[in-house]
Amino acid sequence: MSIDTSPKSPEAAAVPPPGHAPVKRVPQGHKRLLTRRDRITLAFMAGVPTVLHVALVWVTAIASIFLAFTSWDGIGFDSIKWVGLDNFKQLFTDNPQFWPALQHNIIWFVVLILIPTPLGLFLAVQLDKKIRFSRVYQTAFFLPVVMSLAVTGFVWQLIYNPDTGLINSLIGANKPGHYIDWIGNPHLNLWAVLIAASWRHTGYMMILYLAGLKGVDPSLREASALDGANEWQTFKNVIFPTLRPTNTVVLVVTIIEALRAFDLVFVFNKGAQGTELLSILITNNIIGESSRIGYGSAIAVVLLVISLAVIIPYLIATFRKERQA
Amino acid sequence: MSTLSATAPDKQRTPIRPARILLHTFLVVTALAWLAPLLWAVFAALRPYSETSNKGYVSWPDKLNFDNFTNAFQQSDMLHYFGNTLIIAVPAVLLTLLLSSMVAFYVSRFDFRLNIALLLVFTAGNLLPQQVIITPLYRMYLLIDLPGITASGKLYDSALGLVLIHVAFQSGFCAFVLSNYMRMLPHELTEAALVDGASVWRMYWQIVLPLCRPAMAALATLLSIWIYNDFFWAIVLISTGENMPITSALNNLSGQYFTDPNLVAAGALLTAIPTLIVYFVLQRQFVSGLTLGANKG
Repeated sequence: MSIDTSPKSPEAAAVPPPGHAPVKRVPQGHKRLLTRRDRITLAFMAGVPTVLHVALVWVTAIASIFLAFTSWDGIGFDSIKWVGLDNFKQLFTDNPQFWPALQHNIIWFVVLILIPTPLGLFLAVQLDKKIRFSRVYQTAFFLPVVMSLAVTGFVWQLIYNPDTGLINSLIGANKPGHYIDWIGNPHLNLWAVLIAASWRHTGYMMILYLAGLKGVDPSLREASALDGANEWQTFKNVIFPTLRPTNTVVLVVTIIEALRAFDLVFVFNKGAQGTELLSILITNNIIGESSRIGYGSAIAVVLLVISLAVIIPYLIATFRKERQA
Repeated sequence: MSTLSATAPDKQRTPIRPARILLHTFLVVTALAWLAPLLWAVFAALRPYSETSNKGYVSWPDKLNFDNFTNAFQQSDMLHYFGNTLIIAVPAVLLTLLLSSMVAFYVSRFDFRLNIALLLVFTAGNLLPQQVIITPLYRMYLLIDLPGITASGKLYDSALGLVLIHVAFQSGFCAFVLSNYMRMLPHELTEAALVDGASVWRMYWQIVLPLCRPAMAALATLLSIWIYNDFFWAIVLISTGENMPITSALNNLSGQYFTDPNLVAAGALLTAIPTLIVYFVLQRQFVSGLTLGANKG
């Protein structure tokens, strides 16, 4: 549906109806001077990227919703059968992996927001104090963010491996009978992965908060110090409230990261028992032997609904602020 | 970044206080703890397998050499996979920047009714988890026949397919960042050009784009690292192991050598090297790119 309408919209917008008065004055001047060729160029400039983006991201997202109510073997379009809510019913009642996966996604978010996020904020506040070697520390904390999650997964396997890993070697649990299987044990593996994920997330949050702290008016801090507030009071009452925009971004980024979590777990143990995630269920449904398109799409719809519940309010707030600016 | 006034440097050097020493101690310990997993990987990669299997991993090394690195590099033909990544990442980064800057130009310079909606569509699309769209995307890629254009004859299992999805996905973020950036450029610039009879394309290509160089450099750095690090798209959309980019190929390579963790460590570290180089050389760009988008929110 969107493939056809969206490329037209910029064109249609490029030639506004004569009576229409644009909100701002300057662009009106722009428009009046546009030649026919300019308008075609503009339609092309806005149209080509939009078609590509909409076709690959939004058409597929909408197709996910549609396919979730069908059963399809993927071979011919005429084999698509409408099955109503069957896929969802099965997902919610019959799939032993679905509820654990959803729960793990939530745990993922809770852990990220409770441990690495405050830690990243704390590090940012310390590194913002104009101390020496700040850059060196920053580089160390930020290094894990630069590396791919796949590499991160392999690096942490060297630590968790029951036979050869660092932890078991150190505590002598690498002998038969004493094994602690950090990767295979369903009671342990999620937490083991989450430590690796937190290791990475801390640096990311630190960088976001450092940028936020740079924007804090230094005179606020001075005023607070003159009033006799100590460091903690200054932070709590003055700095933290002004970090509100950063906190919003951090919250959204953390939720999205928790929903996107995939690479690390896939490298770790392919999402075996204990580390199921929604993203893993969807992917295994595709690359596994028994691919069920409708069923996989139903899981995707759950993920989509949760994501949009976060993305839409965030973007509305962001763009409303921008329009006011 | 520093906006210190002329008198500030005197203030910057605060006298050494016990609190500062404590802080530095804390930071050094934490930073080392943060680097420890990586240093451990380096340590393992430098030791011969025979030694670690005899003495265990927590032991004093007798021999340290780069054999694991050279072996991993040669045995698994890493150069080939680095090449695959290059074929995907270079066009993807360039195309993303071109397309997103065009959208940003349109959205920021011409105040048409649809611009916010357009930007919203792009930004929201970029925030979706990839797995939301993967099932239909995978089917779509299998259905699109491109005989003679890609080696597989389809969009599936081709570098072109990966380039397209990277461009489509990442252009959301870039369009958002660039449109914010372009909006800060004075309107008089393009207005004057237009009055002089410059075409829209010239305005974009010769006036606006050159002024966006700092933002473009930051985004290029960020995109290169992101696309290099991509794991998911290639795992699903590429079926032939030979065609995988390096980050995803690592998964297969490690399966081949799972009995030799030292070799896997070396392979993983080799994969990380290009990103680390880019990061160390272009750290400022990388960080400013990451915060450009976030700050505005």
